[in-house]
Amino acid sequence: MIVIKCPSCHEDRHEEELEYGGEADVVRPTPPDGASDETWTDYLFMRTNTKGVHYEQWCCRAGCGQWFKVARHTVSHEVAEVIRYEDRFAYQKEGGE
Amino acid sequence: MRYSLSSLIRNGLTGNRGWPQAWRKAEPKDRYDAVVIGGGGHGLATAYYLAKEHGFNNVAIIEKGWIGGGNTGRNTTNVRSDYMFPESAALYDFSLRLYEDLGRDINFNIMLSQRGWMTLIHDHHQLDAARHKANWLTCNGVDGEIIDAREVARMMPLLNVDGNPRYPVMGAFLQKRGGTIRHDAVAWGYARAADRLGVDIIENCEVLGFEKTGGRIAAVDTSRGRIEAPVFGMAVAGHSTVIADMAGFKLPVTSRCLQAMVSEPLKPLLDHVVISPGTGVYINQTQKGELVMGGVLDLYHSYGQRGTYPTIEKVVTAAVEMFPAFAGMRLMRHWAGIVDIVPDSSPILGATPVGNLFINCGWGTGGFKAIPAGGYMLAHSMATGKAHPLIKEFGLDRFRSNRLVDEGAAAGIAH
Repeated sequence: MIVIKCPSCHEDRHEEELEYGGEADVVRPTPPDGASDETWTDYLFMRTNTKGVHYEQWCCRAGCGQWFKVARHTVSHEVAEVIRYEDRFAYQKEGGE
Repeated sequence: MRYSLSSLIRNGLTGNRGWPQAWRKAEPKDRYDAVVIGGGGHGLATAYYLAKEHGFNNVAIIEKGWIGGGNTGRNTTNVRSDYMFPESAALYDFSLRLYEDLGRDINFNIMLSQRGWMTLIHDHHQLDAARHKANWLTCNGVDGEIIDAREVARMMPLLNVDGNPRYPVMGAFLQKRGGTIRHDAVAWGYARAADRLGVDIIENCEVLGFEKTGGRIAAVDTSRGRIEAPVFGMAVAGHSTVIADMAGFKLPVTSRCLQAMVSEPLKPLLDHVVISPGTGVYINQTQKGELVMGGVLDLYHSYGQRGTYPTIEKVVTAAVEMFPAFAGMRLMRHWAGIVDIVPDSSPILGATPVGNLFINCGWGTGGFKAIPAGGYMLAHSMATGKAHPLIKEFGLDRFRSNRLVDEGAAAGIAH
């Protein structure tokens, strides 16, 4: 069973309290008209589907309702890292990434 | 030895010590005319049809574990062909027709039991949808009918129809040709039949990578050495992305856990396969007497081949909701398989971006029923290099051309 500590409300949430939001960092092509059909196909359908550490989105649905990013091993379900999107955006504004 | 009534009597009278080993334990050779990756039902069927239909007598199946130890050994053994779109119905009904004749074809009792596969109807919307589907099936030439609540109660006396159930039963959609098959027998039967036609079944042989030259695969590197072949096929279900990554192309697949469980053996009490869209569970009784129960997919990406307690709770409470008499029953085992979910719930069959590698994946939660067709089609692609007419709509290129075959609405249960 998956248990993740929500980085916003700091409660341990198990999989019944969480909502899965799929692979993280799947970014819509911009500008849409300029993107090739292959780029659109990749964006819409193709996924890394990693066996190992996978970056994905979860929502603290039964708690504070915040979405966050998680690095989870897809065989052991071990959570390696939990990232608040707010922190990531703040970091990007400072020109970090 | 051919299995027959006379061989059964002869061996029965001599203490059953005369049965030969059903298939050889093969050692990998350096080179084959074709290599099939994956020793589940689809891979075994592929090798069998390559040998039988296309005359290949130098074929290897390479399997990282043991044959039939993946989803072929982890499903709920249901078969049916009540798919809505004409292209899906044609493919799945072809599969069911192959199953109907498979026992004779491979001289192995697969224990096909066409006991009737029914989806309960709980409200007027579901009744409309079921009528819509039954009309489609009539147009597709596949059997399927609507029965009323009285008939449902007659067929399943233990089902809670009159006791004010949480999900009232208004009737059911019934496919009489649907039912169950002994799942291991499908793996073992295809293995034995393929072996007799010269196929090498190589277990404990994991793919580690591919040697590519000029956009084609020259050889596969495995945990038991390097194997060359002019053509390769992959039928590895939930691990399709792992193989595709090594071969160098992307797939629109996410791997997820699908769980099932069985009760202790009971006397015969449920003669049909029943699925409830309300409670989200499907149940049938095996010939040994165990009740096999399955529920919805785990709704997150996973390669963990094991069950979880929330799903046990959901499935068991749903089963008791439908059949209150099951309340005292004990569970014996539960397990999970990794299924390959595709955005349009339809299989991916035929060519890949790698010229001499062909694919069979994407059956998602319904791969067992499709084993004969999946194997037949992959064998056809590998032998001829072309897509069989029945799989023209199911190529990997449909995602690029945006011609999806969206069977989500016709699945037995809303996964």
